[in-house]
Amino acid sequence: MKERLSREAMAMRIAKELFDGAVVNLGIGIPTLVSSFVPEGMTVIYHTENGALGFGPVVTAEDMKEKADIDLVNASGQYVTPQAGMCFFHHADSFTMIRGGHIDMTVLGVLQVSEKGDLANWMFPGRGVGNIGGGMDLAFNAKRVIAATEHTTKDGKPKIVKTCSVALTAPECVDLIVTDIAVIEVKDKRLWLRELAPGWTVDEVQALTEPTLRVAPDLKDIELL
Amino acid sequence: MINKVFETFEEAVKDVPDGAVIMVGNFAGPGGTPFYLIQALRKQGAKNLTIVANTAGGIGLTLDYDDHRILFENKQVKKVIASFPFSTSASRPSVAEKQILSGEVELEIVPQGTLSERIRAGGAGIPAFYTPTGAGTVIEKGKEVRVFDDRPCLLERALKADYAFVRAFKADLMGNLVYRGTQRQFNPIMAIAARTTIAEVDRIVDAGELDPESVITPGIYVKRIVKVKEDPGFPRHLERNFQVRRVQ
Repeated sequence: MKERLSREAMAMRIAKELFDGAVVNLGIGIPTLVSSFVPEGMTVIYHTENGALGFGPVVTAEDMKEKADIDLVNASGQYVTPQAGMCFFHHADSFTMIRGGHIDMTVLGVLQVSEKGDLANWMFPGRGVGNIGGGMDLAFNAKRVIAATEHTTKDGKPKIVKTCSVALTAPECVDLIVTDIAVIEVKDKRLWLRELAPGWTVDEVQALTEPTLRVAPDLKDIELL
Repeated sequence: MINKVFETFEEAVKDVPDGAVIMVGNFAGPGGTPFYLIQALRKQGAKNLTIVANTAGGIGLTLDYDDHRILFENKQVKKVIASFPFSTSASRPSVAEKQILSGEVELEIVPQGTLSERIRAGGAGIPAFYTPTGAGTVIEKGKEVRVFDDRPCLLERALKADYAFVRAFKADLMGNLVYRGTQRQFNPIMAIAARTTIAEVDRIVDAGELDPESVITPGIYVKRIVKVKEDPGFPRHLERNFQVRRVQ
């Protein structure tokens, strides 16, 4: 078996998409890890659906007793820390920021993503139910949508598919797909393979991807730093 | 002279009739949830309620304390309008999930931004609005679609309620409210969208003691105020966090 990127390594790669002053909303799972890899000296302003901007890191397990505050949580319900310059607002204002196009970038988890950039991520697999939460508004309205996902399901099936077979979160919304073996850009309803995990070939990535990948002229290996 | 202060939560919810529409402040954790009003409503027993809230209670992050999950347990709910109705844990489904899947409770699932704007619009006298969120997904079903600036948008109706149960940090005797941190979430918009808004607060102060510049919910929206007793006793496993909170 070829080596795939760890979740942390995927988060490191996604962190390279950040820029100074970016307003960013991170979904649950791999996306949450991205905040650990912000380059030194760069200011990233985190947004959470429940009405805060500019809060600090998640409270660690050892600090829980001292620092956890039920009135300072992110959208995953994790306790976060205060940070100078943070502010609070109500839910309708929070989604004014999202719907109004004031969020520069969101990183979302994936059940399936299609070749046109359709995203499906809100139904629980095999449970027949799902939670929409704030993900649909983010997918529709954030300026840039990055999909963070393992390239295949646990039983080896492609998560990048021709057409999503589960309920959509938003059609044609994904701009960039970062997986554990590749970085793929969605452009003009086509998929462009831009980066490969070290040791992987175009053919090997294509074999695990349902739609046809176009190979970017400047294809290179994923660099984490 | 107006008096909005109720001595007990039981009194504050006494007149909730069967079939009432109730908005309940809540998000992904215990902060900003009016636990005592919910508990009082459970005792009071009104049935066939429609609950408007972010969750249907008892999601993965809140399984261990008594949020509005107890209203489902007590079979007081006929419909829930929510964005995040299900437990994140497949092995620990919420009571609401079982009731929704069996058809006992009707679910209207709404994207969170649309849910909050429908509530805000309800309070603001705007009967409906268009939003791009949900176009081309299951959310579109049964809704008018209109294209604005090349984007298909859905017509969404405002939401109003008979009662809003909101959680705030401090109230003054006029009913002005201030919140603490992410406790705010849905509470201020629910406060404006209900005929009778009841605020559960940590402290009640005299008029003039809140900085008018800091008031988030103007007092005219708040009809009843009830103070949480010094020792809440629950949420059970979060006692230590309550202590962190109380030193503020």
